[in-house]
Amino acid sequence: MSEAKIHVIGGTRVPDSSSEQRLVEIRQEAERRGEVRAIGIRPSGAPFPKASPETGYYGLPLLKQPPWTWKIPLYFFAGGAAGAAAVMGAIADYAGADRKLVRDARWIAAAGAVISPALLIADLGRPARFLNMLRVFKPQSPMSVGVWTLLGFSGAAAATAFAGFMGERYGPSLPLRVIENAGQAASLVFGLPFSNYTGVLIGATAIPVWNQNVGDLPIHFAASGLGAAVGLLEMMGNDKSRALQALGLGAALFECWEGLRIEGRGHSHFDPLKHGPSGWMTRAGGVLSGPVAFVLRAASLFGGNKHSSALRRWAGISALAGSLVTRIAWVQAGHVSARNWREPLQIPVEDQAELLGGS
Amino acid sequence: MSVTAFLTDSTLCIGCKACEVACKEWNGVTGDGLDWSGFSYDNTGSIGASTWRHVKFVEHAPEPGFGGNAPEMNSWSFSSDVCKHCENAGCLEACPTGSIVRTEFGGVYVQPDVCNGCGYCVVSCPFGVVERNEDDGRAFKCTFCYDRQKAGLIPACAKACPTESIQFGEIDTLRGKAEARLEELRRRGMRDATLYDPLDTSVGGTHAMFIVRGDPRSYNLPPKPEVPTIYLKKGWASSAVAAAVLLGGTLLAFLADGGRNGRRNGR
Repeated sequence: MSEAKIHVIGGTRVPDSSSEQRLVEIRQEAERRGEVRAIGIRPSGAPFPKASPETGYYGLPLLKQPPWTWKIPLYFFAGGAAGAAAVMGAIADYAGADRKLVRDARWIAAAGAVISPALLIADLGRPARFLNMLRVFKPQSPMSVGVWTLLGFSGAAAATAFAGFMGERYGPSLPLRVIENAGQAASLVFGLPFSNYTGVLIGATAIPVWNQNVGDLPIHFAASGLGAAVGLLEMMGNDKSRALQALGLGAALFECWEGLRIEGRGHSHFDPLKHGPSGWMTRAGGVLSGPVAFVLRAASLFGGNKHSSALRRWAGISALAGSLVTRIAWVQAGHVSARNWREPLQIPVEDQAELLGGS
Repeated sequence: MSVTAFLTDSTLCIGCKACEVACKEWNGVTGDGLDWSGFSYDNTGSIGASTWRHVKFVEHAPEPGFGGNAPEMNSWSFSSDVCKHCENAGCLEACPTGSIVRTEFGGVYVQPDVCNGCGYCVVSCPFGVVERNEDDGRAFKCTFCYDRQKAGLIPACAKACPTESIQFGEIDTLRGKAEARLEELRRRGMRDATLYDPLDTSVGGTHAMFIVRGDPRSYNLPPKPEVPTIYLKKGWASSAVAAAVLLGGTLLAFLADGGRNGRRNGR
């Protein structure tokens, strides 16, 4: 076919030897056969998709994309950071760490306790019916387990911060101490699953890129939440704590490993994490939470006292931003994965490229 | 009452879309308007919140025994798609409100007065059936005409089908009918006729079976649909590891640091 030679559709063409030769060919075919088999210029959009074992059903996606808005990745981010902050606040208190650190961690947890349910409820198709989720507890539904965890966490974290604040403001009293201690213990218990359950939530779905990573997502999300919580605490002025430094280093190291794991996988399930906008977003989130945060922290170990604080704050900001970008990237990757009609039909990419090229 | 199912026989389907219209009329589902797909006579594309029955138009090169009467006409086969009403239904397991239930007829039913539109069923369906209606906020799909079955009637689509391509009945009887039909089709030379009924996957069979010719993938029927609950064990194990490491790491970090502070502060 001579489609490559056509410059402007319906425009003026300069005749040359090949164009005239082609017209003669058409005439000869018409004389010889009484008809011309060539189809002329391909219409725009050609080659048209087909329904076949190699092209699926016209290449139309089988799976539906997540109906969630931007509020859900933001919820993953806020919940992850709040859960990790509650765990750190409780342990720091039990270990007798700096009071400011404990107080700040509780405030982060309490802020998350307010923001998280607000985001989750606002994203429902019928927010007024949020309470319908409390009709049942279904262990086989990560959404149900998550909602109950969120509820327990929110109550506990808010109560802890409130009782702590009242105790400091108006003097300690027995009821306040009971609320504070019980709330702190409960926010530790709920904070542990709350910081990572969203990994199970998206992992146990029909979306290939999510369910193929179900064994790694909760740990990945926990590390991301920990990095974000440490970052927030450092930005609030707790930039001398060696415990936070150690936890920040650990989270950044794990995120480095997670990035290498994703990059090293060749299976097409991983394509949305490596190619296109969702791939670059995954990479950006990973680099910010992993290598960048790690290098800044490592540098802060050797810097002077003043530089050290600044470097740690930058590491914290990097991990915080990385955590947010990571959550958005994973949700976006889910969209890309759901649109990929090849995955659920188990049609390899090679066949498709060959077929589209040849038709 | 008995456990019921659909058997949709694409070798009998004439692509009239009576099932789609009957479904929309009985269930009061709005029309979608007309949007040309530009590459097929199928201008609907897929099942969704407002399309509970969907006739697929699988068009291929001229082939005797498929569609058109003239040799140069495209060959056609049609198949009316519907919610599969899985034996192990991803949407039902995922639903956090208990809105999605198993009916006494074996179907999977979304109670519209309970659904709060969380959208988790949408990502949990291995067949991409259930969808949130963004105007309404709730999730919708085929009800298996629960209301009609309660009244002792057959579903609207099956009743309106003029060629009995959509058959409805007791599930074991229909499986028997499907085998007999396959036998007959093969005897008549349609050796590529197959029954789509994913019994050997974690979905554990469906209440909507399909007789199609050739590879079911041409009809967007997945070869190995899996109910997402199979990923739970791995997911929660990973969650437990994450929690243990977070707890242990935090304890270690603060105890080591606290001990050091304690010595420094003379506590």
